[in-house]
Amino acid sequence: MPQKIVVDPVTRIEGHLKIEVEVEGGKVVDARTSGTLFRGLELIMRGRDPRDAQQFMQRICGVCPTGHATAGTLALDDAFGIAPPKNGRIIRNLILGSNYIQSHVLHFFHLAALDYVNAAAVVNAPPFTPQYQFEFKLPSDVNKAAVEAYIQALVIRRKAQEMLAIWGGKMPHVQAIVPGGVTEHPDAQKIAEFKSRLKELIDFVDNTYIPIVEAVAKYYPEWLEIGAGCKNMLAYGGFPLEDGKDHISAKKLFPGGIVFADGSKAVFDPNLVSEQVKYSWYKDEIAGKPTEAVVEPDPQKAGAYSWLKAPRYDGKVMEVGPLARMIVMEEPRVKALGAKAYSVLGRHYARAIECSIVAHAMDEWVTQLEIGQPVCTPHEVPSETRQGVGLCEAARGALGHWHRIENGLTRVYNAVVPTTWNASPRDEKGQRGAMEEALVGTPVKDPKNPVELVRVVRSFDPCFGCAIHLMTPDKKTIAEFQIG
Amino acid sequence: MPTKLSRREFLRLTAGSAAAISMSGFLAPFIKEAVAAGEAPPVIWIQGASCTGCSISLLNTVHPSIKEVLLETISLRYHPNVMAAAGDLALEEGMFKVAEKYKGQFFLVVEGAVPTGANGLFCTVGEKKDGTPITFESLVKEIGSKAKAVLNVGTCSSFGGIPAAGDNPTDCVPVSRIVDNTMINIPGCPPHPDWIVGTLAYVLLYNSIPELDTHGRPKMFFGGIIHDNCPRRQYFDNGIYARNFSDPGCLLELGCKGPIAHCDSTTRLWNGGTNWCIKAGAPCIGCTEPEFPWVIYRRLPEFPIGPRITTTVDEIGLVLGGLTAVGIAGHLVGNIATGRIGPKKDEEKEGDN
Repeated sequence: MPQKIVVDPVTRIEGHLKIEVEVEGGKVVDARTSGTLFRGLELIMRGRDPRDAQQFMQRICGVCPTGHATAGTLALDDAFGIAPPKNGRIIRNLILGSNYIQSHVLHFFHLAALDYVNAAAVVNAPPFTPQYQFEFKLPSDVNKAAVEAYIQALVIRRKAQEMLAIWGGKMPHVQAIVPGGVTEHPDAQKIAEFKSRLKELIDFVDNTYIPIVEAVAKYYPEWLEIGAGCKNMLAYGGFPLEDGKDHISAKKLFPGGIVFADGSKAVFDPNLVSEQVKYSWYKDEIAGKPTEAVVEPDPQKAGAYSWLKAPRYDGKVMEVGPLARMIVMEEPRVKALGAKAYSVLGRHYARAIECSIVAHAMDEWVTQLEIGQPVCTPHEVPSETRQGVGLCEAARGALGHWHRIENGLTRVYNAVVPTTWNASPRDEKGQRGAMEEALVGTPVKDPKNPVELVRVVRSFDPCFGCAIHLMTPDKKTIAEFQIG
Repeated sequence: MPTKLSRREFLRLTAGSAAAISMSGFLAPFIKEAVAAGEAPPVIWIQGASCTGCSISLLNTVHPSIKEVLLETISLRYHPNVMAAAGDLALEEGMFKVAEKYKGQFFLVVEGAVPTGANGLFCTVGEKKDGTPITFESLVKEIGSKAKAVLNVGTCSSFGGIPAAGDNPTDCVPVSRIVDNTMINIPGCPPHPDWIVGTLAYVLLYNSIPELDTHGRPKMFFGGIIHDNCPRRQYFDNGIYARNFSDPGCLLELGCKGPIAHCDSTTRLWNGGTNWCIKAGAPCIGCTEPEFPWVIYRRLPEFPIGPRITTTVDEIGLVLGGLTAVGIAGHLVGNIATGRIGPKKDEEKEGDN
């Protein structure tokens, strides 16, 4: 007889999550992940000045607002028929890149590390106590170094926010990203301030963050075997490196693409994305493209268990995020892990490696800024019907915004976000979401202290503020976009 | 409680001058003392219809550092993003037992609006022993009524904010609508970390509530308006307006809410003093006001400045710009905006603690 374990709330993530698993013979045999907050931000956008999207969509998530500011303005650029000048493109990349560093450092040290590092052994007080009782495996000197890194990382992530604010105005909720580019101009002082902080951050990422992830992997080697999940990897591509091309076809730091579990590859085709709601608290069970707005909320719906919808690619469950990006770009250090890359610690390792790649890339980009040159392309809000798509890579994975404008106002807004891919409930075929699939097979030693479950969940760096924000007032499809 | 720092000194240190960026750094030693003596009241921090941005902003505090805040300044028993525990362990030990043991003594921080639609089911935060969900609405009511005071961190819990905008699909309300208790609003989307830490420091240090304005905001942070000290003020006075983003000029035509937005970002600056909204060329979005989110990038024809009183920016400009005030509305606006009308500042009348 399987034993049911519920963890509600799952803490040290962004947003509201409940997990429910069935354990038999010491292993998870079935899992359900439930997003438990619904706000309806896309409905709130309806009928507004379309430029409000940049600000409203950031409020999806205060940890990674820059991803939404980026996707939101790319969709506006697309709809308005404008593109940022070189400085605008670079500064947007610096803003998003700075947020990668803050988000990845925050995630590993402050959200995830306490599942491996015994902070209470060093500081025996709230918020480190109480905690689940389980065996910590790091030797005391390594543990001490990791706790010190936890403290140091508090400063590092703050400085990453400061780097972002140099270009973005403030953080959280960046003010300077606007349609056509940015509002902030480069000058020598800003570049110097940015570079001095970046130097310190690169040192931390390369000489502390990555080594500590490696140390955790050394003493918890089994976590390179657990939590494989669906192994279908999806990336839209992020950080455009070229001007004069649309953001989807421009060459990027992280290329877009798909690698399936069997190793086969494919080019991403937005038309193959569908969203399903059979197990979600929404009325109308129709499979919709992300470009179609679907459903209204039904918190009492029988059989449903999450506010997340279930996006699928060509009917398949997909994982997005740093691991997907590193697999798609065939990053050598991650590739060297082989099958072990598809694991709890594989995800942490990919995130750390990616953090280093972005930090070093920014060091180069900031020198390409042209002082005195324009940062923004002027625009008018069009009165005729327009639609735009913005695809980017947020810190947590592939992010797409779709925006339809009529009579100068927002008619439909739809965001398909990383955590909706990763933490989706089952789909119409009954296939589990990526995180649910990763939970299956996870050993649980002590059902009263199920640290193993939260280790799997946190490896995805889930963000439930992002994942649940969807709805439209009409039960029927109200618009369809042309994309691709 | 230690009493080395008088309230008058506290207010002087928190005044929004450029030198006061590190204002809360002065307070840490006094609060540390109380924490070390085991006298500091516990703090419980809960999140509802929020984006976690307020918590992230708190993490950006410079003086004191977040390490000092978390480990030496406040006794933080429950915080969804920071605490080691999860699930029942977190709820029971971190919240329910603490709220019972320290009834009437602990402070509750609420981040996020309260969705009241569908009987609160739009936001659930845990489950009861029988497996039924605990709604955020019921949690705020229960814990909020037991607290000594409730600190609403952010515009969502203070006024409703973005989730309550437009058609308000989940019927979000501010905390003050469902809890009857002493309350402080610390708005901002998100609030500056100094506003959060400074207010927490005040209540922990003096075990009382700082002076508040009509919207429940501490006057020490929200007493002035952006327009008064705007670095682009000269453009406004000279009638030079930016028409496109990134242009020089006053940002009014691009939707700037500086003339009615109350906060001290002009002098406090953000993120360790690196920058802030208007310095980066971005219009103020008025995120500390009850009317937020407005229409962000459009010039508003009229601004609300009090109950049933609205005015235009031109009228504010006439008064603040030193030109002749015409009409009673303009006169009123000028006086309210510059603080000549309204409750007297307490500094003169309040004695040292």
